[in-house]
Amino acid sequence: MIGFDVLVGVCLGYVAILFAVAFAAEQRAQRAEVNWLRSPLIYTLSLSIYCTAWTFYGAVGYAVRSGLEFVTIYLGPTLVMIGWWWVVRKLVRIGRTQRITSIADLISSRYGKSNLLGVVVTVLAVVGTTPYIALQLQSVTLSFAVLAADEGTTLNPEDLQTTALIVAAGLAFFTILFGTRRLDTNERHPGVVTAIALEAAVKLIALLAVGIFVVWGVASGPADILARTEASRIAAWQPDGARWATLIFLAAAAFLCLPRMFQVMVVENADERHVAVASWAFPGYLFLMSLFVVPIAVVGLQTLPEGNPDLYVLTLPLALGEERLALLAFLGGFSSATSMVIVAAIALSTMVSNHIVMPIWLRAGDPGAVVSGDVRQVVMVSRRVSIGAILALGYLYFLFTGGTGALAAIGLIAFAGLAQVLPAMLGGIFWRGATRVGAAAGLILGFSVWAYTLFLPSFGGTFIMSETFLAQGPFGIAALRPQALLGMEGIDPLVHAVLWSILLNTAAFIVGSLFSFPRPLERLQGAQFVNVFEHSANPRGWSGGAAEAEDLLIMSQRILGSKEAQALFRTAAAVQGKSGDYADITPEFLETLERELASSVGAATAHAMISQIVGGSAVSMEDLLAVADETAQIMEYSLRLQEQSQELERTATQLREANEKLTALSIQKDAFLSQISHELRTPMTSIRAFSEILMAGSTQEAEQSRFSSIIHDEAKRLTRLLDDLLDLSVLENGQVTLNWQDADLHDILERAVAATTSMEGQPRLNVLRDPDAESIAFTTDADRLSQVFINLITNAQKYCTAEAPELRISVTQAGDGGGVHVDFVDNGAGIPRESEAVIFEKFSRLSDKSQAGGAGLGLAICREIMGKLGGSISYQPSEAGTAFRVILPQREAQAAE
Amino acid sequence: MSRPPQPPVYLERRSYRRRRLIDAIRLLPFLGFILFLLPLLAINGSDATGGSTAWGGLYLFAAWAGLIALSAGLVRWLSHFDDDEPEEGPPQ
Repeated sequence: MIGFDVLVGVCLGYVAILFAVAFAAEQRAQRAEVNWLRSPLIYTLSLSIYCTAWTFYGAVGYAVRSGLEFVTIYLGPTLVMIGWWWVVRKLVRIGRTQRITSIADLISSRYGKSNLLGVVVTVLAVVGTTPYIALQLQSVTLSFAVLAADEGTTLNPEDLQTTALIVAAGLAFFTILFGTRRLDTNERHPGVVTAIALEAAVKLIALLAVGIFVVWGVASGPADILARTEASRIAAWQPDGARWATLIFLAAAAFLCLPRMFQVMVVENADERHVAVASWAFPGYLFLMSLFVVPIAVVGLQTLPEGNPDLYVLTLPLALGEERLALLAFLGGFSSATSMVIVAAIALSTMVSNHIVMPIWLRAGDPGAVVSGDVRQVVMVSRRVSIGAILALGYLYFLFTGGTGALAAIGLIAFAGLAQVLPAMLGGIFWRGATRVGAAAGLILGFSVWAYTLFLPSFGGTFIMSETFLAQGPFGIAALRPQALLGMEGIDPLVHAVLWSILLNTAAFIVGSLFSFPRPLERLQGAQFVNVFEHSANPRGWSGGAAEAEDLLIMSQRILGSKEAQALFRTAAAVQGKSGDYADITPEFLETLERELASSVGAATAHAMISQIVGGSAVSMEDLLAVADETAQIMEYSLRLQEQSQELERTATQLREANEKLTALSIQKDAFLSQISHELRTPMTSIRAFSEILMAGSTQEAEQSRFSSIIHDEAKRLTRLLDDLLDLSVLENGQVTLNWQDADLHDILERAVAATTSMEGQPRLNVLRDPDAESIAFTTDADRLSQVFINLITNAQKYCTAEAPELRISVTQAGDGGGVHVDFVDNGAGIPRESEAVIFEKFSRLSDKSQAGGAGLGLAICREIMGKLGGSISYQPSEAGTAFRVILPQREAQAAE
Repeated sequence: MSRPPQPPVYLERRSYRRRRLIDAIRLLPFLGFILFLLPLLAINGSDATGGSTAWGGLYLFAAWAGLIALSAGLVRWLSHFDDDEPEEGPPQ
């Protein structure tokens, strides 16, 4: 005897623990300390709200009535979770990427955010769940009554109703407190999830404790249980194949479609990897939950043959004097009931608020008042009111149906009703061709057939349908009898209803989809859902042409540059006769745009980008923009790189050239210096040597005079060399001042020839001239020019190898600004071809012959002078002998005329 | 096939294993469905008074446990691939 007060105290204490756990979890989640809260274990345990009080207590009763059939209710979810890779994984990913808040939201979003479908699914969910909530209330009150009766307190029906009311109110309070604590975009409730995970653990431990007590405490182990089973009422197993398969299917479908299951499985999922763990851990949980059902049933049948088998889990320990175990079992059942009600209320309130209340409020309200703060407040209030209303509805249902019979059957009926969502759901995530029309047709037809063949007949002729209606069909039409459509008699009513409703539902869904045409948003969402794994980024919702044009513009701007893109769009709009920035999305415009983009990013990419925006293909706007950004960045980057590399190349070439020049200059300088020192040293050496001899004083007079003349010659040579160097240096540095004056070419030549041929000691040179051609008047520096001529003539004198050297000086006037050509051609051997390039360089002497003649600066000086005078001097290799051509600028000559 | 194994071959082989592993995971529910329906065939085929709840239950729970173990093993194996662990093949 634990006493009634203790019982109530334990209940309140347990509830207090739940509140504390939920509160602590919320606090931790807000501080982002979510490590263990977000573990696969919590996820798996939260899935266990599938096991409600109906399964906690009812499974044993089910086993007593139908043997092993109870296990189908667990086998269906097992198959779904084992096959997680097919559906659950995809649902979770879709839920995450599309921010799905409920199963109604899933269906509505998939079919182009259709509010009609949202409402249909919501209504279906409310109709299917309310009786289920009533069932939980009933199980809690019944179990409470059983324990109270054991304590000697008999509760009358009014007390039971009061208990149910207290439980409903408490649950409403808890759900409102933790279910609508804040408006999270993810619709996640860490507090609630943690609390129900704790409850899941409690109910598993409770059932396992009762089971272990039964197998090892009452019976003497598994072998004994096997023997007792063989001897019991349920020893024979005669499964109805159709019912067996139908129940597995139904349980699997309900597992996916129940609003509360969708809530914990998809909406509350924190990490996709948890699904992989839950894929075996949750079947394991179900396995443990059902492992001891048959033993409890068998022992219960032996011990309490007259008792209610639905309460054996509670009554068996009581009957065997295990009050504490009974209390644990009660807490297990209490946990099962409360966790289911809490999550179902959250899921339903979300659906009701999002798909019924909010659309109405938004439509009725003043559009100006739609500020985010307002909406938040309204959503909060509507959620809270919805939770209260749903629990009130459940309580009322409990009040009016009251009796055990009507409620016990409701579990499978609710399953069948919610399974009607399955075709639209699976079609929506696997078939891009599924449309809103098809989904609506399937849902409405399936729901109607379910109501007609299963839900209304379940009242046994007391609600809407009369008994005669059931027996003979409407207006006596036998083919339309609710439980024997088209004369399909002798079939289990549940199998009959599931078969017809799901078949007709699926058929209507497929036919409706095939023969309707989806709206653009539906096609977009269809692609997003079906191909969720290819494109898992969050999509941005858009609809209508203007938005698409805007998207296109945004994308184009990132690729083409904003001014260019805007100009393109404005031009296109102008062509279409529109004012404003957005052109209509016509095929012509798209072609133009595609070409423009193709010029920047390549044809294939441009086509893909355009077709993905316009064709509603499954890629999110963010993805596209990212691609566009990336492309633009890459293009810009590669352009910059190209520029940089070109610049680098240019710089490198310049550097190379400069380096070559420097190297050449350095070589030249070295060569020049060594030449100079060589040229200076030779005369200096002889001067020093002969002056030392003279200083010795032992020389004869004849020798003295010879030595003095050598010293004099060498000194003269040195002077000449230094003069030449100075001259060249002055010319090269451009510091020379030219004495421009009118002159006659003939005079200058005459002076030059006279200067050279009159020199003593020079070889005789015959100079041939044409005085008539020479008489050209022009402006020049006559001294400088004659210096050039003298040099050329001297060279001829020095280097002409002929027996009778002669020099022909011919003057020609080239037309068309070609200037005056003065050619100096001798009859010598000429200059070797390999030396032609160097004759104008400093110190370039081709042979040592007549070394004393000069330092090899003559032609270098000539070139500098001609450059200063605006003309040129060049060697003419084609001529016989050595030929130099001096070109005098024509303009100067004309100016002088 | 005398070429020595090289990293690309290794990676392809790895991703090939992973795909076959996923195939196996996909096939599991079908295996489960067959396992859960088999006793029906046996019982209906025998045309006797029916099966035994005790032994039928033992079979169902054994098949169920086996399926769970298989699924757990495959998921664990898969997580080795997804964690990018260097070793190839099943964990020891």
